[in-house]
Amino acid sequence: MGALGLYARYAAASIKGQMQYPASFVMLTIGQFLSTIVEFIGIAALFARFQNLGNWTLAQVALFYGTVNISFALADMISRGFDVFGPLFVKTGEFDRLLLRPRATALQLLGHELRLTRLGRFLQGGLVLAIAVGLLDLSWGLPQLTLWLGAIAGGVALFLGLVVLQATLAFWTIESLEVANTLTYGGVAAAQYPIEIYSRWLREFFTFVVPLSCIAYFPIVGVLGINDPLGAPRWFLYVSPLFGFAFLSIALLIWHLGERHYTSTGS
Amino acid sequence: MFVTLMRPYLSIFTARFLMMLQYRVAALAGIATQFWFGAIMIMALSAFYASGHGSAPITLAEAITYIWLGQAFLGLLPWNVDPEIALMMRTGNVAYERLRPVDTYCYWLARAMAWRSAATLLRAIPLLFVTTVLFEFFGLEAWSLRPPPSFAALSLFVLSMVAVVFLSSAITTLLNISVVWTVSSQGINVVTNSLVLILSGMVIPLPLFPDWTRLLLLLQPLAGLVDIPYRIYFAHLSGGDAIAGIALQISWTIFFITLGRLLMTHTMRRFQIQGG
Repeated sequence: MGALGLYARYAAASIKGQMQYPASFVMLTIGQFLSTIVEFIGIAALFARFQNLGNWTLAQVALFYGTVNISFALADMISRGFDVFGPLFVKTGEFDRLLLRPRATALQLLGHELRLTRLGRFLQGGLVLAIAVGLLDLSWGLPQLTLWLGAIAGGVALFLGLVVLQATLAFWTIESLEVANTLTYGGVAAAQYPIEIYSRWLREFFTFVVPLSCIAYFPIVGVLGINDPLGAPRWFLYVSPLFGFAFLSIALLIWHLGERHYTSTGS
Repeated sequence: MFVTLMRPYLSIFTARFLMMLQYRVAALAGIATQFWFGAIMIMALSAFYASGHGSAPITLAEAITYIWLGQAFLGLLPWNVDPEIALMMRTGNVAYERLRPVDTYCYWLARAMAWRSAATLLRAIPLLFVTTVLFEFFGLEAWSLRPPPSFAALSLFVLSMVAVVFLSSAITTLLNISVVWTVSSQGINVVTNSLVLILSGMVIPLPLFPDWTRLLLLLQPLAGLVDIPYRIYFAHLSGGDAIAGIALQISWTIFFITLGRLLMTHTMRRFQIQGG
């Protein structure tokens, strides 16, 4: 069986498991929706008071917000295995069993759980995105659509890369470190606004260290069809999502290094 | 007499408090996260204020102070059920709680107060130190937490923060009791979480919401967790208004304690312990 086929089986088993408790699933999904939508209510209230954010309108910010929330929701949905890697796999020695199986450990961890409750954030992002698209008068040709889908795919790759790096740390620290949440949740919080509004050091951090701007800010500026206030050339806007994939590749390389360093806790 | 009556609850408070102080690394990670979120919120708010349209009831410096106080005292928010009590409900160990020769409601309230305040103390002190003293030192005055304008404001703020501990613990205890019906605490947590964040003023300072919502937002119980004490701090609420704010916090606390006690009596009377 190919990797994709195997992943499909993992996913199907996980979905079936979660559907054993449909009421709990529905409640948690609604909860996710509510706890993420409050952020947008806050942003909308600020726009009601100040009219605009620098040169940006509410509809434009909603496009950034919706896109990055959809990317993160998808990445969060599939990355549960890496998220709980420290306490659930390293500390317990469970990782030994993964190593014995003739499949890539990264694939097995991806298959650990497909968290359906993350649909709550996904739907919230989708709703905000729909509002943005409704308010903005954009031309949705093939280039814009491809670019937007590229931003989503690159975003999933980037957030997945961050969680893989967080899990890799557990090879050394055994426990998972909460600090990584600063980059995942904190990254979403930062990228739901156009990064043009931030201080230079933060913009540079989000471009050259963790290329969050390449999966949110630059492609969305491309979709909006405006000139980038930060002065990036037009062609760059269209290739920027590729940096998300580059980030994931580097993260996976580091993961393999960590794997080689792994010694079982023996429990 | 009073001291003898209070002694078991004081012991519970001290024991829990000391236990919570053990989680130092978690606190350190939490502080890093809070700096990050605080910085992002401040940059976004600065950009909104710089847009120059509309008028805001609080200045940018006041809004920044509001945000840092919010990050420092984040742990005081009653955003979840005590996981240990939730576990007791599931395993049936809650029966032991009923056997203790103390009032279960007061016992849980004391527990909640220790839990919330210890978790906060560890995070608040370093965060307040860095945002006031170090920011000033490194030339980040624009981003710093300003000192309160007067001694009166500071004293009223301290009084109001004491009320926050009581209000938050009363709400937490109410949440704990409500686990009796739902057995799982997850559902309660997610709904409370979003309500507390938006209505207390953690998402954005409450005065920045549209003006017509001002009175409604002030009168609802969750304003007493964040909005009232912080506005007292920078004297946006001063004198009679500050006293009225604290009175409002106390009224809501009494309301939640009464409601909690009633529910506790009601549920415990026909309470069935889950076997196992």
